[in-house]
Amino acid sequence: MNALLQVRNVTKKYGGLTANNDISFDVAKNEILSVIGPNGAGKSTLFKMISSFTPTTSGEVLYQGECISNLKPHVVARKGVVRTFQETTIFKNMTVREGVVVAQHLRAKASLAGYFWGSKTAKKDLAAFGEYADELLEFLGMSDISNEQASNLPQGSLRALGIAIGLATDPKVLLLDEPFAGMNHEETMRMVDLIRSVRDERDVTIMLVEHDMPAVMNISDRIVVLNFGEKIAEGTPSEIQNNEKVIEAYLGSADDEIGI
Amino acid sequence: MLSVSTKQMIGVGIFLFAIFVGVPLIIGATGRWDFYFTLTSVALLSIASAGVWLTFYIGRINIGQGAFALIGAYVSAILVVKSGWSFWISLPAAGLFAAMVSIIIGIPILRLRGVYFAMITLVLTQVVTLTALALPITNGARGMSSIPLPSGVSLFGIPILPDFAGMENTKLAFYYTACILMIVTYAALYRLVNSRLGHLCRSMQQNEELASSIGVNIAYIRVVIFAISSFFGGIGGAMFGSIAQSVYPSSFQVVDSVNFMLHCFLGGLGYVFGPMLGTLVLYFGWDLLFEFGKYQMLIYSTVLILIIRFLPNGLLSLRANKGNDK
Repeated sequence: MNALLQVRNVTKKYGGLTANNDISFDVAKNEILSVIGPNGAGKSTLFKMISSFTPTTSGEVLYQGECISNLKPHVVARKGVVRTFQETTIFKNMTVREGVVVAQHLRAKASLAGYFWGSKTAKKDLAAFGEYADELLEFLGMSDISNEQASNLPQGSLRALGIAIGLATDPKVLLLDEPFAGMNHEETMRMVDLIRSVRDERDVTIMLVEHDMPAVMNISDRIVVLNFGEKIAEGTPSEIQNNEKVIEAYLGSADDEIGI
Repeated sequence: MLSVSTKQMIGVGIFLFAIFVGVPLIIGATGRWDFYFTLTSVALLSIASAGVWLTFYIGRINIGQGAFALIGAYVSAILVVKSGWSFWISLPAAGLFAAMVSIIIGIPILRLRGVYFAMITLVLTQVVTLTALALPITNGARGMSSIPLPSGVSLFGIPILPDFAGMENTKLAFYYTACILMIVTYAALYRLVNSRLGHLCRSMQQNEELASSIGVNIAYIRVVIFAISSFFGGIGGAMFGSIAQSVYPSSFQVVDSVNFMLHCFLGGLGYVFGPMLGTLVLYFGWDLLFEFGKYQMLIYSTVLILIIRFLPNGLLSLRANKGNDK
């Protein structure tokens, strides 16, 4: 397998609590890989370590063979591994378009001083940012709300905006944090299509953390299952559905932890 | 984004005309020469306030601008008195020194957010005051007095700036100088806020985590912004010292730092020219209320509370709301 991202024996301890224990798996180029597990299984922690928002206790994350764990988040973003957040984390006081323009920071060729004095490169950059923002918003079907304040948007559009902001950085790997949370079936299916088209047309490898089982089974090429901080299974959706350990983790535990 | 509408051009034109022609005419007609000093102070304080406003723009409450103003005032005074520098060279030097100090202080403390950052900056002014009292070069509590007025500057024999000491009307000269400095400061601030750096600041103000996830080096930008902010503080302070011809450890106190912050609140954190208006209103308001004697503070603070309660976005939001449907 041609692995783009490799998680190698990653462990995270918070004091005496082990959030992630010795987790390893690979993410192939252009696949959609979901990380699932009951509440508190360590999915979010794993995401934070891959995007370097939190350091690993031991183990490492390799991107194209290069270690990207324990760096600053903006450095990892520059390399092409970009995370999105849950819907509450967006630039609330900007319009949709402004947010997407700002997010193209990494594509800038002019220096900050160049922008201050309005150099030629800076003007070219700004024009390109605007154009790309419009293109991206059209691709995501958000053209009609591009001048709305982000704080006025409904939940579904906020998610899409989060993805738009992530995509504007020109990522190679996009980490999506619960992209379907709080959505009804119809909205979820639209988002599934959107994420697929991001992968197919934008050449982006996708990793997502999600609770919504039908959506995960629908969208994923492969699934990694965590329980109590350990990886208990890895495989295609059909393999996961028939995996005894997974069934036990979900059905054998308390009712409120059934994620289905 | 870059283009300036004719309406804005007319506004700027009227503003420039008012401060460079209107004010001297009115003062000449009414004979209230003391207003020159008041307005000069407003212009200089608004430069320092501009810096505070900029730190607000990255989501940090800065109650330490008095520290950098005091540093600027001392650096300029020492360079002019002890090293015999021209004031006009000491002015940028004072700004740069204040910026350097702010970088050293800023790297550790800018990691803090909200009230924690505010508390630390609140202490800074006191620290600088105590340092000025303790160091031999600053003359301790006696401060630096009888600082010579700015000397003239000529390049290749052509006089660029006149000698202030040989002038009949230094008040007017200082007024003009302060106004020009203020205009340059606000022009730079306006440009900065509307350039990409400004956009990145806004993204950080709204969400630092998301900003770093889109590749913004938030630690670096925080330090750069804090340095620019302190540069403005240093410039304002240095010019103030030169006008007063003296600097004391008490020239800028914690109260001044708080005032710089209030200027920003009052004018409006969302508007580049907010701190300028805030400084004018607050400084003049305080002076006008002088007639109420012992009730001065009471009325002043009540009005402030009311303004903050009913105009949380500052005085400029009154004007901005008119043309807006929001």
